[in-house]
Amino acid sequence: MDCREIFEGLSDYIDEELADKTCREIENHLKDCYNCRVVVNTLRQTVTLYQETPSEELPGDVRMRLHKVIRLQEKHG
Amino acid sequence: MEDSVPTDEELVTAIREGGTEALESLVTRYEKRIYNLAYRMLGNREDAEDVLQDTFLNVVRSIDGFKSRSSFSTWLYRVAANAALTRLRQRSKRDKSEGEFLDQVYSVQEAAHAQSRLVDWSNRPAERLLDGEARQVMDEAISELPEIYRVVFVLRDVEGLPASEVAEVLGLSIPAVKSRLHRERLYLRSKLSDYFTGGSA
Repeated sequence: MDCREIFEGLSDYIDEELADKTCREIENHLKDCYNCRVVVNTLRQTVTLYQETPSEELPGDVRMRLHKVIRLQEKHG
Repeated sequence: MEDSVPTDEELVTAIREGGTEALESLVTRYEKRIYNLAYRMLGNREDAEDVLQDTFLNVVRSIDGFKSRSSFSTWLYRVAANAALTRLRQRSKRDKSEGEFLDQVYSVQEAAHAQSRLVDWSNRPAERLLDGEARQVMDEAISELPEIYRVVFVLRDVEGLPASEVAEVLGLSIPAVKSRLHRERLYLRSKLSDYFTGGSA
C-alpha cells in the first residue's frame, strides 16, 4: 500500500473498523513512513480533542422557555 | 410494583394517550444532548435555542407519526438534525461550497505526501492543546465545514453515535457517512495542525 491508499482508510483505522488484514497492511506501512505516522497521530488527537470537548451547558432560562413553549403547544396543539 | 425507569417507547405511548408528565420526562431526558448538538451545529446560543424549541415542538406535533421501525432516539436525532440544517440554511452567511471544501482537503493531502517532514504536535501537553485559544480555533474550524459534513461530524464525533446510526438518522449509506466523516476529520486536522505548528503541517 502506498501513502495515498493508506490515507483513505485512516478514519476507519483509528476507529478500529478495518479488517485485520488491512490493519496489518497499514501498520506495516506506518513502520517505514514517518509522515503517515504523523498524520495518524495528529488525526487521532484531533478526533480525541473534539470528542473530549465538554458539552455546552443548557442554560436554566433556555430550559425554562423550552418547557413553557411545549406546554403551550400541548394546550393549543 | 418495582420502581423502574420507563423506556423511551413507554413514554411515547404515554404521551400519545395524553400524558403531560411523560412528555416532560422525555424532554428532560434529551434536552441537554439536543441543545449541545444544536450549539455545535450553529455555534451560538440564540440559534441553538431556536433549534432546541423547533425540535421538541416538531416532536409534539408529529409523535403520532413516529413508527417504531427505528428507535425513538434515532428519530429524535433526525428531527433535530433537520431543524439544525433548516436553521443553518436560513442564515445569510453562505457555506463554503462542497467543491471548495474538497479542494482544500485534497491540497492538504498532497502536502502530507510531499517530501518535507511533518511536525507531530499530538504529544504536546494537554493544557496547551486544550487552552482557550485552541478551543476557539477548534470552534472556528467546525464553522467552516459545509453543512452536510458538519452534521455528520456532530452526530458521530460529538454525540458519539455509531456510523450505522448516523446513516439511519440522515438517510445516507454507511459508506457515504464514512467518506464524509473522513474528509471533515482531515480538514479539522489540517486546521489544528496549522495552528499548533504555525502553518507548517
